[in-house]
Amino acid sequence: MSAAQWRKAMNSGASAQVWPREQRALVPAAAPSGAPFASADENARARLWQRISARHVLVMALVLIYPWVATPFFTFQIGAQALGLGLIALSLTFLGGYGGMISLAQMTVAGIAGYMVAIFGTSSMPEISLGWPWWVVVPIAIAIATVCGTLIGWLSVRTEGIYTIMITLAIGVAFHYLMQQNYSLFNGWQGFQRVLTPEVLGIDWRAPIPYYYLALFWALAGYFFVKYLVRTPFGIALQGIRDNPRRMNALGFNVTAHRVAAYAVAGLIAAIGGVLLVWYNGLITPGSVGTGWLINILIIAVLGGMRHPIGPFLGAIVFVLLQNFAIDVFDRERFNLVIGAMFLAIVLFSPDGLLGLWQRFRARLAASDVQSRISTPRPSRRFVKGGSQP
Amino acid sequence: MSNFWRWFWAVAIGGSLGVFAVWALVTNDRLFFVTLLNGLTLAALYFIVASGFTLVFGLMRNVNLAHGSLYLLGGYVGYVVAEHTGWWLIAVAAGFVAAALLGLAMQVSIFRFMQGQDLRQTMVTIGLSIVIADLLLWTFGGQVYQLSPPDWLNGPLRGLPVINAYSKYRLALLPLGIAIGLALWLLLNRTRVGMLIRAGVDDRAMLSAAGVNVNLVFAITFLIGAGLAGLGGVVGAVELSMVPGEDVRLLLASLIVVIVGGMGSVTGAAVGAAILGIAETFGLAYAPTYSVVFTFVILVLVLAFRPRGILGQPA
Repeated sequence: MSAAQWRKAMNSGASAQVWPREQRALVPAAAPSGAPFASADENARARLWQRISARHVLVMALVLIYPWVATPFFTFQIGAQALGLGLIALSLTFLGGYGGMISLAQMTVAGIAGYMVAIFGTSSMPEISLGWPWWVVVPIAIAIATVCGTLIGWLSVRTEGIYTIMITLAIGVAFHYLMQQNYSLFNGWQGFQRVLTPEVLGIDWRAPIPYYYLALFWALAGYFFVKYLVRTPFGIALQGIRDNPRRMNALGFNVTAHRVAAYAVAGLIAAIGGVLLVWYNGLITPGSVGTGWLINILIIAVLGGMRHPIGPFLGAIVFVLLQNFAIDVFDRERFNLVIGAMFLAIVLFSPDGLLGLWQRFRARLAASDVQSRISTPRPSRRFVKGGSQP
Repeated sequence: MSNFWRWFWAVAIGGSLGVFAVWALVTNDRLFFVTLLNGLTLAALYFIVASGFTLVFGLMRNVNLAHGSLYLLGGYVGYVVAEHTGWWLIAVAAGFVAAALLGLAMQVSIFRFMQGQDLRQTMVTIGLSIVIADLLLWTFGGQVYQLSPPDWLNGPLRGLPVINAYSKYRLALLPLGIAIGLALWLLLNRTRVGMLIRAGVDDRAMLSAAGVNVNLVFAITFLIGAGLAGLGGVVGAVELSMVPGEDVRLLLASLIVVIVGGMGSVTGAAVGAAILGIAETFGLAYAPTYSVVFTFVILVLVLAFRPRGILGQPA
């Protein structure tokens, strides 16, 4: 395969799913050829501009203008919360969609970051909280949470598939009980209240609009980071490992190391989301890392769809809207029933989530459109699934 | 890992446990034996619940994360039946039947159609557990229910050496757990259905090719597995209380029991249940704020040295 073909494969948005096997196998062979990559850089930049369509501009404009149009309730409770939760779910999408590992402990990692912010920073418990300034606290919290996320990964990559779900669930629930039982460091079931967003550069970041932009910045950063990462050699190798770990191992890739590295990246994303979330809530309790929330993150990721990093944000928007408005439509207490039934319906009927629904809808639309004009065979399902981006 | 390190760890872990046991015996032997009995009886309950979980997994590769919900459902049904009839044994049977029927319905209406899609099945069970838990909360509310034990098991058993008195009911859990373990062993090793189940665990496709109705075998296994969760629910409803959230606790216990013991192995479930039950009660008695940490350390150690569990076989 020539370098040009290789570039084409790299740049077609199809990621690894639609590649013929031979191309995937050539990853290490193509990587060392340095010369063509100088022009590839410019080429890629040109392609990047070409790939930006009206849709992208529209969505970007929408999220930027949103807080100036919406009420503070919608900006903060709906918009900012969806972005924060979406960021945590994004870490799961990265792990699950690109690494093939469904970890239920991503909320635990986020919770660790939140607890660290409360312990090193300020809270309503001055006997525990150290009260350090935010620019010390936040990096420490994110670092500790990322390390914990990596350790969780190191532990759970020893197992595969459904075992991973069980072990991460066990770890997450055990962490929840530890938070609940330990008073000397984690303050038991009360947790920490009044964990406030700092005031920086004279802006009160707790106010709806600044907080929204803070969350938006990190959500976008996470989104583009994941989008970039899945096209780097590391990301491609990770997807190869998802599809066939034995083959990748035979090709000389260190499967375990790639998986643990994926957990580390996911841990970093989840940690940032955790810091945002603890500032959003202003408190952290064992309930924030309870089973309910571990599973809610999975629901958000699955609801949106795990095939693309936009999925978790879509899922988070639907989730937060349901959470806030299901009360009005259904009984007050029946949110879990609604979200559970919805999750069930998605898993049963559209395994790729809302993105999958959208894609199927578009495929059907396109197919019927084509068929009405000229009777050509419909594109195969596999092509439609992987070949076009939402 | 080299032989030396194997021995090193065995001596290090065994030695420290031995030192702890001697210390505990010398300082307060009554506390030690009571905790040990508590641990073993809790282990019996864990075994009853987890054996169903591991049975279903072993045959169908289906991680039924709704197992805790089946446990809670069994408990509530048992409570209602006991209230109306006053018979504890009927309540146990009702709990078994209710959970078994729900499990059967799940297998026949959903899991049958996604055979081999492990991850999807697991996600479906997560969705089901949310829905069932909320329906139970809706029906029974958030208050705590407790089932009273039958008269012939009520009160303490007196006159025991060292520990003087111990709850009859709790003590009865131990033979019950052993009886269920034996019954399962007989079922699996001495009956035709057990033979089919074991054959299915080894090679589903071949069993099907041999002309056996595999779906029927699956349905029976799910029936038994879910029923054991319901039975555990009624039995546990006397000792632990029934309240929303117990389902998660028992699910976690089942998960750890089968991860430690080895997935799909009933003997492994017994070993795992004994380890978890004892670790949990000793943790609560001697280091209350860190008891979860012990459970967690055990999980980590087992995963580090035997990723498939103590008695686990490669899938």
